[in-house]
Amino acid sequence: MSQDLHLQTLTQLAAGLENGTFSSVDITKALLDRIDLHNGRLNAFITVTAEQALADAQRADDARASGNAGVLNGLPIVHKDIFCTRDVLTTCGSRMLENFVSPYDATVVKRMAEAGAVMLGKSNMDEFAMGSSNETSYFGPVMNPWNLECSPGGSSGGSAAAVAARLAPAATGTDTGGSIRQPAALTGTVGLKPTYGRVSRYGMIAFASSLDQAGVITRSTADAAMLLGVMAGFDERDSTSINQPVPDYVAGLDKSLKGLRVGIVRQHFDEGLDDNCGVAVKDALALLEAQGAILTEVDLPNLELSVPTYYVVAPAECSSNLSRFDGVRFGHRADDAEDLFDLYCRSRGEGFGAEVKRRIMTGTYVLSAGYYDAYYLKAQQVRQLIADDFRKAFAGVDVIAGPTTPTPAFKLGDKTDDPITMYLNDIYTIGANLAGLPGISVPCGMVDDMPVGLHLVGAHFGEETLLNCAHQYEQRTDWNEACPEDFR
Amino acid sequence: MSLDKDQVQHIATLARLRLAEDETAETVEKLSRIVDFVAQLSQAATDDVVPMAHPFNETQRLRADEVTETDDRDHFQENAPAVSDGLYLVPKVIE
Repeated sequence: MSQDLHLQTLTQLAAGLENGTFSSVDITKALLDRIDLHNGRLNAFITVTAEQALADAQRADDARASGNAGVLNGLPIVHKDIFCTRDVLTTCGSRMLENFVSPYDATVVKRMAEAGAVMLGKSNMDEFAMGSSNETSYFGPVMNPWNLECSPGGSSGGSAAAVAARLAPAATGTDTGGSIRQPAALTGTVGLKPTYGRVSRYGMIAFASSLDQAGVITRSTADAAMLLGVMAGFDERDSTSINQPVPDYVAGLDKSLKGLRVGIVRQHFDEGLDDNCGVAVKDALALLEAQGAILTEVDLPNLELSVPTYYVVAPAECSSNLSRFDGVRFGHRADDAEDLFDLYCRSRGEGFGAEVKRRIMTGTYVLSAGYYDAYYLKAQQVRQLIADDFRKAFAGVDVIAGPTTPTPAFKLGDKTDDPITMYLNDIYTIGANLAGLPGISVPCGMVDDMPVGLHLVGAHFGEETLLNCAHQYEQRTDWNEACPEDFR
Repeated sequence: MSLDKDQVQHIATLARLRLAEDETAETVEKLSRIVDFVAQLSQAATDDVVPMAHPFNETQRLRADEVTETDDRDHFQENAPAVSDGLYLVPKVIE
């Protein structure tokens, strides 16, 4: 029994705990052993919190025995290292925070812990979540469990690799331009980015505050629904948190797709999309249609400007957010500074990696006198046009479906020379962030032995519809059960 | 190249970033590419379009100006590179 605990989904583990088939300590030990055995090849973790995990698992088992089991009681979770975890190293993948031990918990971490979840560790990520391949991490790249020469995507690459390699059934992630959905697609996992404001950003180290949203990477949509129910909800500590009731996401999964209106963006199937990926996604659309969904074409004419819009808005916000790293209150500090100016410049110059510096400088440039109107203001206007396109589209459809990424996972090192090639990897996902919409990627096929993702985008607070659609699709395929051979 | 070395040095100074000598050439080249890439936004017709700063076009909510947190200074300062008597230390600013 204990040998296959790592293959079970959260939903299956929850049932086993409930029935007393195994304990949380059994699960935790089995997964910690696997992390120990396999992480060396993957580099998916920055920190493994083994001791704390075993203690929390014991506490969860005791709570269950005394009839006080929370929704996630005893279930394992990995947190992306962007979430502050009290008294645990929180690096954000950066040299800047190499030694930062957070004095408090992020709301996401707190809510999951209060529901009884057991944290196994903190996952590797692109530095400050700026990257699409996990190669910008100060702690080295993460390897894709399906092919160790390939990237798992990013920025939540460690979370995706850990879940795909069955080192954990679920992990948190954050998504500013595709950082949950893209790595989920490239590793054959499920990645959910909720509506902007649905999940609290408190304690989630900020990258671009009008785009950032917390979500999860799992092996089934049902698991994502279960976790979202715990994470979602208003938080006084996040000034952009939205006060909306949290529905029972799991209860909504079983509805039929009959009559569901699915929008298809024609441009998403034009040049740029790998032919075989296109075939896999079209097969998935045909399956939705066979389940009663109605496919219609939608037009998003301004979407082609989403990537340049994003690469003005996100760096602008990042240059402002990252100004807090000054070498004074926390984070890296340069030695022997001549004066305060020198201390700032050298602490930041040494503490940040090349991509983070480029983004800060891009942001500084587009916000500077003489360029603000031409770049920043213009991008905010185009963002409005893109959001308008989505508003119009969602008047006629319930979800928009297409590919998550243009190609399957690329080789490590392949896109590091040209930032623009790397940025274009998020071409299908960025629109949802600009418009604040929820999105999910679910596995929908294999191309050259690498996974491909189906991307679904919903209307604001349309997570129920999104999860229902993804779950019903999953019931008729077994792509999400595919496991990389070396990690069975 | 849309940016030259002096411009990049000026941006780095505004951003309080020291670039090492061997980083500068690459930064000039890659930043130029990014600036060229985002310049395509100029094609979009945006007359009279209201700029969007928030996904729901909402303003941020306000709260009453009340003390809600307890003093946790010592705990926070465990992460500080240099402190003394509860104060953060920096190089001398005023002679």
